[in-house]
Amino acid sequence: MSSLDPTLSELFLAFWRLDNPNVVWVLLGSVLLGASASVIGSFTFLRRRALMGDALAHAALPGVMSAFLLFQTRDPFVMLLGAVTSSFLGYYLIEYLTQHTKIRQDSALAIVLSFFFALGIFQLSLIQQMEIEGKSGLDKILFGQSAAMMPEDIQVLAISAVFILVLVYLSFYKFRLITLDRQYAQTLGVNVKAYDLVLALAIVLSVVIGLQMVGVVLMAAVLLIPVSAARYWSHDLRKILFLCAIFGALAGILSTNISYMAPKMPTGPWMVTVLAGIFLVSLVFAPARGLLPRYLMHRAQAQRVNDENVIRSLYVLGERKNDPKALFEPSSILTVRNMSKEALFKSFKRLIKANDVENRGGTYRLTPNGYEKGAKLTRHHRLWEMYLTEKVNIAPDHVHRDAEKVEHIMTDEMGERLAEELGNPLTDPHGKNIPGGQH
Amino acid sequence: MMAHELWILAIAALTSISCAIVGVLLVLRRMAMLGDAISHSVLLGLVVAFLLTESRSITIMLAGAALTGLATAWLTQVLNQYGKLQEDASMGIIFTLFFAVAVILISLYTGQVDLDQECVLYGEIAFAPFDTIIMGDSDIGPRTFWVLAIVTLLNLMFLWIGYYRLKAMTFNASFAASIGIQVGLWNYALMALVATTTAASFEAVGVILVVALIVIPANTAFLLARSLHGMLIYAIGFGVLSSITGYYLARYFDASISASVAVMAGVFLALVLVAKKAKIRVDRKTVTS
Repeated sequence: MSSLDPTLSELFLAFWRLDNPNVVWVLLGSVLLGASASVIGSFTFLRRRALMGDALAHAALPGVMSAFLLFQTRDPFVMLLGAVTSSFLGYYLIEYLTQHTKIRQDSALAIVLSFFFALGIFQLSLIQQMEIEGKSGLDKILFGQSAAMMPEDIQVLAISAVFILVLVYLSFYKFRLITLDRQYAQTLGVNVKAYDLVLALAIVLSVVIGLQMVGVVLMAAVLLIPVSAARYWSHDLRKILFLCAIFGALAGILSTNISYMAPKMPTGPWMVTVLAGIFLVSLVFAPARGLLPRYLMHRAQAQRVNDENVIRSLYVLGERKNDPKALFEPSSILTVRNMSKEALFKSFKRLIKANDVENRGGTYRLTPNGYEKGAKLTRHHRLWEMYLTEKVNIAPDHVHRDAEKVEHIMTDEMGERLAEELGNPLTDPHGKNIPGGQH
Repeated sequence: MMAHELWILAIAALTSISCAIVGVLLVLRRMAMLGDAISHSVLLGLVVAFLLTESRSITIMLAGAALTGLATAWLTQVLNQYGKLQEDASMGIIFTLFFAVAVILISLYTGQVDLDQECVLYGEIAFAPFDTIIMGDSDIGPRTFWVLAIVTLLNLMFLWIGYYRLKAMTFNASFAASIGIQVGLWNYALMALVATTTAASFEAVGVILVVALIVIPANTAFLLARSLHGMLIYAIGFGVLSSITGYYLARYFDASISASVAVMAGVFLALVLVAKKAKIRVDRKTVTS
């Protein structure tokens, strides 16, 4: 294998020297395609039609075949026109089926997808028996092979992609409005139908220009995966679109690079694999919404609740003995608090480190610091019990469980306002002291 | 030559029956696109199963397919639940990734894998009768026919055993769960069945015909039927009808059989839609006059 490595790195360098005009064209095309499809895909995603791209990509096929049959040329512009027309027909057929018949949206997508594609294959099988020049590469558009693309193909692609990006930039507010709240858009006097049409054309166009590079089956992924990934990083649509463009462009660069280094490798599948990688990283690591940060936050929360529970148990035990400095066995904490021994010792470890609890030869007690915290938690707990009995008229034997939860989230300010509201009570409904209630 | 024609028709009919059964269940649960998703991701299962075992035995193929089908359904659910991503998007990510990896594997091991994406996308049923199984000294018929016969039987048995449970789950999942039906288990069983059905039909008819036969006759039936068993019967009927008419359409034009069958399925759906619209118009007129 090692004899292969230098060739690969040489190829890598040759690619990045960018002195091959063909490479530059393909690279430019894939970057623009990735960016435009990803950006436009956000709008279909937000309309909860994430798989629209899949249906439209398949729906383009009969248009390509018809255009070829009619004009007997493979001129990229003619092909594009055919593809856009039939894909657009597919779009409106989906709309019609969902709005004017009993058929539901998911079925409408699948019907248009399979029927149009079958129609295309039917035509292709007819074309293959005919004596027409240039028919040989027609089936290539099904699977996406950028190596098979001519510079003219890429020119058409690049112009369309730039057109889409500029269109989205200029009509951003309108597109956002009709995507997120159509009725509101209507009341504002936006011509919803016209913008719908423009957006539909942009969607169709961005799907269609990708077919040759990415392939029919995988085109859906280029529309869908970037926005799914970007959503973990932001809720602001402008930032999401920007991230989408970056993700799409990055996938374009990497997949072109890979298919340059291994010429047999199709571009489309690598683009999808790269995008899936980006998605996975976002899913796991994105701050605040990623799985890992969410898990860590959850764990920190659970630990804090456990620690506060241990502090409060020690406080209540000390109160019962009328001796805040009394030492307690771990087992006596477990009799008043339903938690595992393991969790208790883990909690002790953290509490000792934070100087809330001290260990005296296997028995434990609160430090003055911890005692203060215990008093405050208990105060909040009992104030809440008081509030529930006095103001909400809940029986005193039903309020403890709720207070167990509220004590962990109540702030000092809330506690004081509650005390004020209740007329600074000194005891809770069970007749126990409310600590710190003298003032 | 007559036998050849009969085998093709039989294969097409069996495919339409199995696809109609899973199709009705998917369409009613608004999961039509899952048919598309699973039928594409199954390719990965077939490629991996083949690369690992180097065998093309029916059992291994179907097992590989069933497992990928389950993996697709399960991962979709995981993304939906833990990743908080809408369901169709989760599905789209999983199936395109599976398909992409499968295509990459195929191009890495070209020559070793006897599956190519072209045959997967629009398989050629016309060649199916030539790949026959020899038992003892006698030729018992095409391999595809027997695979599909087994799968159709599997589908019918699934329906027979689970009919009332599936019915309850389809129309009211929470009610089904409340009377003790293991909704999750039956759901995954259905996914495995979709995967096996698609995988079995794969080589013969290609993914697209499978998707078409799952979705289109079931929706034609959805427009006409008033009960679950009525819908099943209509769907099977339209499926078989499309197979037969599609076959003759293909013979007339000398076109791809799979594509013609799918096109005919679409034509029947369109006819039913138009007839229904016309009937509504006539009804309205008679009411007003």
